[in-house]
Amino acid sequence: MIETLQFYLSYPFVRYALIVGTLIALCSSLLGVTLVLKRFSYIGDGLSHVAFGALAIGTIFDLTSTSVVVMPVTVAAAVLILRTGQNPKIHGDAAIAMLSVGALAIGYLVMHLFSTSANISGDVCSTLFGSTSILTLTKAEVWLCVVMSVIVVALFVFLYNRIFAVTFDENFAKATGIKTNVYNTLIAVITAVIIVLAMNLVGSLLISALVIFPALSAMRVIQNFKGVIIYSAVISVVCALLGIVLSILFSTPVGSTIVAANIVMFVLNCFVGRILRK
Amino acid sequence: MSYIKCEDLVLGYEGIPVAENISFEVGKGDYLCILGENGAGKSTLMKTLLGLMPLMGGSIAYGDGLERYEIGYLPQQTFVQKDFPASVWEIVLSGALSKCGRRAFFGKEEKMLAEKNMKRMDIWELKKECYRNLSGGQQQRVLLARALCASSKLLVLDEPVTGLDPKVTAEFYQLIKDLNNEGLTVIMVSHDIDAAVRYASHVLHVEKERSFIGTAKEYVKSDFWKDIGGGIQ
Repeated sequence: MIETLQFYLSYPFVRYALIVGTLIALCSSLLGVTLVLKRFSYIGDGLSHVAFGALAIGTIFDLTSTSVVVMPVTVAAAVLILRTGQNPKIHGDAAIAMLSVGALAIGYLVMHLFSTSANISGDVCSTLFGSTSILTLTKAEVWLCVVMSVIVVALFVFLYNRIFAVTFDENFAKATGIKTNVYNTLIAVITAVIIVLAMNLVGSLLISALVIFPALSAMRVIQNFKGVIIYSAVISVVCALLGIVLSILFSTPVGSTIVAANIVMFVLNCFVGRILRK
Repeated sequence: MSYIKCEDLVLGYEGIPVAENISFEVGKGDYLCILGENGAGKSTLMKTLLGLMPLMGGSIAYGDGLERYEIGYLPQQTFVQKDFPASVWEIVLSGALSKCGRRAFFGKEEKMLAEKNMKRMDIWELKKECYRNLSGGQQQRVLLARALCASSKLLVLDEPVTGLDPKVTAEFYQLIKDLNNEGLTVIMVSHDIDAAVRYASHVLHVEKERSFIGTAKEYVKSDFWKDIGGGIQ
């Protein structure tokens, strides 16, 4: 088995997949803790569908790099979702459900009407579930991912204390003069960036799993915020690497294998958490 | 000049006024209780003072050395906090964040401040405990220590004894009174009218069109006290 792995690792596309997978898993888990605790998990879900819609439209215009369209659209949607979520007059959850399902439907419709490819359901399936796109990354895409990840991690480290304050108690933070709106918007924008990057890895339907599972697993076991963040990052990276390797060895779809690894990890952590509390 | 001077405040949200004609001052060392019926605008007044809501009319001036954001706030427990994986130390330290200015991380000064206030609230031993595993009274002490890190001058409390049992409630009121005796100014939104007149130096009673401001002794003699059902026991 190790020989097979060594054989695969000699291919650059496998190494690219491992690098990108690790980075995306790291970034999504960092933000995941905040999103889960702020009850913003739904933002990730809604945005991933918007990203799918944007991707579909980008594809029909035959753009060589679809992230030119997908990134700005998703970031705009993130800010919009956050604003509506804070408006007491609009039911935030319903508005987001509308936006996300709408984007999904329009995306599929557009793909059907204008697609030049003969295998539409194959295209749709690979956008939704990621299937093989992580193994067809170009060098430029890998670099984009590396740069974005460095920015995300750096922002997170430098703003860590402020993110904690805004997550734990937004009103207190605001009353003591912290610009909570700026940080909320920043969190939404970074979430959008990560989701667009993660579409390559697990596809747009499974992104939420990458954001939510490591955070929930870590929260079962660890009792302080810093510990939860670090442990969820470790879990996320381990699951991503494991998922990619297993999917190569057993030729399973990458995205769902990673999510399956996360589910197993979650169950394990539930058990450990229960034992620790006794 | 007093810490906070409010003139002709109009309170409300989304353009609909809830209470009008509110004028009062809070001086150094005062213990002000804000009373009123449900929906009278107590919480709105507090949120406006804290800058969480825009002011609909009138003016709020800060003076006597009190800066705009130099307020220690003890909010009501939110749904998010009940299951939050944070240690007591992390939470108390976060109160000192406004003292960091543009710095990204906490310095020695902020850590010393957090330690001092935790010892003052008698929760230093709970330093590494997880917030969600504490009792209601302990959680309030943690949030109080955090508020003290944010300000050593003014403390604003929003119905702080909700959900606490009678013994812990009495202890908590005593703790606040002790802090007040040490020179801390206190503003408390409450519907515990008996405790309010017992501990507070001043009472602000908010109603839709008229409101009362005066000392606790004056308040007990006023019509407002009867209207709210005080002294029935």
